[in-house]
Amino acid sequence: MSKFLNLLAGIALVSTCAAAPAMAEKLGLGRAALPEEIAAWDLDVSPDGTGLPAGSGSVEDGEMLFAEHCAICHGDFAEGVDNWPKLAGGKGTLADKDPLKTVGSYWPYLSTAWDYVNRSMPFGNAQTLSADDTYAIVAYILYSNDLVEDDFVLSDENFLDVEMPNAGGFIVDDREATEAHFWTSEPCMEDCKDTVEITMRAAVLDVTPEEIGTEAGQDQNGHSAAASHGEARVEEAKAVEASAALDAELVSAGEKVFKKCKACHQVGDGAKNKTGPTLNGIVGASAGQVDGFKYSKVMQAAASDGLVWSEDELAAFLAKPKDYMNGTKMSFAGLKKDEDVHAVIAYLMSFQQ
Amino acid sequence: MSESSPKKAPSRRQFLTGAAAAGAGAVAAGAARAAGPDPLITDVQDWARATGEGVDATPYGLPIEFESDVVRRNVEWLTADTISSINFTPIHALDGTITPQGCAFERHHSGAIELRKDDYRLMINGLVDTPLVFTYGDLERFPRENRVYFCECAANTGMEWAGAQLNGAQFTHGMIHNMEYSGVPLRSLLQEAGVKPEGKWVYVEGADASSNGRSIPLEKAMDDVMVAFKANGEALRKEHGYPVRLVVPGWEGNMWVKWLRRVEVMEGPVESREETSKYTDTLANGTSRKWTWVMDAKSVVTSPSPQAPIRHGPGPLVITGLAWSGRGAITGVDVSVDGGITWMPARLAAPGTDKALTRFYLDHNWDGSEMLLQSRAKDSTGYVQPTKAQLREVRGENSIYHNNCVQTWWVKENGEAENVEVS
Repeated sequence: MSKFLNLLAGIALVSTCAAAPAMAEKLGLGRAALPEEIAAWDLDVSPDGTGLPAGSGSVEDGEMLFAEHCAICHGDFAEGVDNWPKLAGGKGTLADKDPLKTVGSYWPYLSTAWDYVNRSMPFGNAQTLSADDTYAIVAYILYSNDLVEDDFVLSDENFLDVEMPNAGGFIVDDREATEAHFWTSEPCMEDCKDTVEITMRAAVLDVTPEEIGTEAGQDQNGHSAAASHGEARVEEAKAVEASAALDAELVSAGEKVFKKCKACHQVGDGAKNKTGPTLNGIVGASAGQVDGFKYSKVMQAAASDGLVWSEDELAAFLAKPKDYMNGTKMSFAGLKKDEDVHAVIAYLMSFQQ
Repeated sequence: MSESSPKKAPSRRQFLTGAAAAGAGAVAAGAARAAGPDPLITDVQDWARATGEGVDATPYGLPIEFESDVVRRNVEWLTADTISSINFTPIHALDGTITPQGCAFERHHSGAIELRKDDYRLMINGLVDTPLVFTYGDLERFPRENRVYFCECAANTGMEWAGAQLNGAQFTHGMIHNMEYSGVPLRSLLQEAGVKPEGKWVYVEGADASSNGRSIPLEKAMDDVMVAFKANGEALRKEHGYPVRLVVPGWEGNMWVKWLRRVEVMEGPVESREETSKYTDTLANGTSRKWTWVMDAKSVVTSPSPQAPIRHGPGPLVITGLAWSGRGAITGVDVSVDGGITWMPARLAAPGTDKALTRFYLDHNWDGSEMLLQSRAKDSTGYVQPTKAQLREVRGENSIYHNNCVQTWWVKENGEAENVEVS
């Protein structure tokens, strides 16, 4: 802190001298923040519970909410899907070769989980959960880590009673003490060791991404970089041609709406299945047919009943996915505005094949 | 190696997989008397006859097409989705110290958002006399500074803890960039609001859906932290937080909050997700260090390296790389070609400056034999970059973050290089 005090002292000196830049003098810029504005943005919650709103939620409600909003990435039991974070398990693994760091095994404060769910989740649809929903989801995450019973209800009143197993597992940065020997100033320059042997090679693992086109114009498959760029341009041109009949303004509005879908869906050249299936050519296509995507049971059933994604069917689905198809994996609340629905369908139609 | 030469020059990949000998031989011969007159000189070339593009052909230019491989790259298996992911600066192909914005690594937690200057608001609240809201225009009216700083992700080189893994300086060390920022000291904004005596920390938060937020001690916030709106002379790029980001010199990149929307003065830290569940360093015994904000001194040879093999025979070779320290300025870099038995002082292209990248060169006469190439940085606090073994001795292999070990490239007789670990 001594540096900080010196700094303040320096500023005090400077401000007495009229010729120097008046750093500590207020410039009168900005305006006072209104209480409503502060309330809208100041949402963070501290370990002592400061910032928690009144409310409560049960493990039972949390299980339903988790299935609806979270399970698509984090799994029904918070065990994690693909590379998405695992939220449960890992107890006692922190000293293992590959520790599993979850809310239960690693996170020191419950406030962190509440704060993060409240402000940053669900992924792609943040800040849509109510306080009670957030309490319920956090209660379910605790339950999935065997930290509370199935009849537990979490609230602002019992929040600080929950004990986090790894609360004592952290120390403040001690590098300057434990690594003091790295401050050697004059390191060895000659005869620093007797022999040197290679003990490990990256090429053995072979996990490095492939080279891309070089200035010599060839990539590793012998395709010239120029040609593959050319192909991409041709594809782009085709897409533009196909959409010529579409209202360009509507398509462009749809592209903006599609940002809400992007967290899970890809469309266009090189699109891959992500959390949701690729959407190239989806308008007018039979439902549940994208290769390699694992659809929900209800979607599979609808597909075998011959559901076709006509513009009308798609519009109904996108307006309220869960109402249209109870049990769909698509954890999206729906597009409230008809114009957004039409715009996004127009945008998807620009990717017909 | 010109595009228009009649025969295609060997690709980098071909070079790596065996056609090297012929290529290297041909180039080596260039040092002796040329076999015959060079048609690039004796024939009038197209570019010397016809005219080129006029001005305005590209109102805002990109690098020429021959440099199309000098781009950010992603390692797909690292993360679940590119929306919450990271990519890598092509440091193996750059020189100097300033990183062009267009190829400077990106890290997003919920994607790069588009936020117009007109829609931008910055709130200062918490333990202040007057909570304030600033527009972008307000920020432009505060006294301004220009400063060059590196920004390194705490996870840079994080995949190398358990062993040599990724084969290229871009992938092992490319979560870094170095730019000249224009902006205002955070101190000026805090003073405008008036920090109350009980305020000891600030919590800084972004406007994107991830609400990425970090707690910073007030002492640092009042020292050199900047609220920046320009980088390398122009507006920040979308992917780096346009229109306004935080610059936290010498400290891990996650704290450099992009799309900065709020600074709250607090008594204690928030202990947010990014400062508890992430960006904490687990030691061998299972306890974890937190608040490991400073990036220790580190260096890497950027060329030769796996993606930048030697393309000529024995003789003059430029060995070059980058060094930096979050604790101060780089005061020296040593280079070893024998895996750390003997070291030679490298030449700094310019004296090291505080918390910024320093370029070093070793003008070497290569005898054509294998090298185990290493670099070792020293900073103004007397810190010397440790070996991986030294780091593991203190920290184990599960730290993920803050791996600043000495890197080894095994350069073979044909000029090809590989990421290795040595005893």
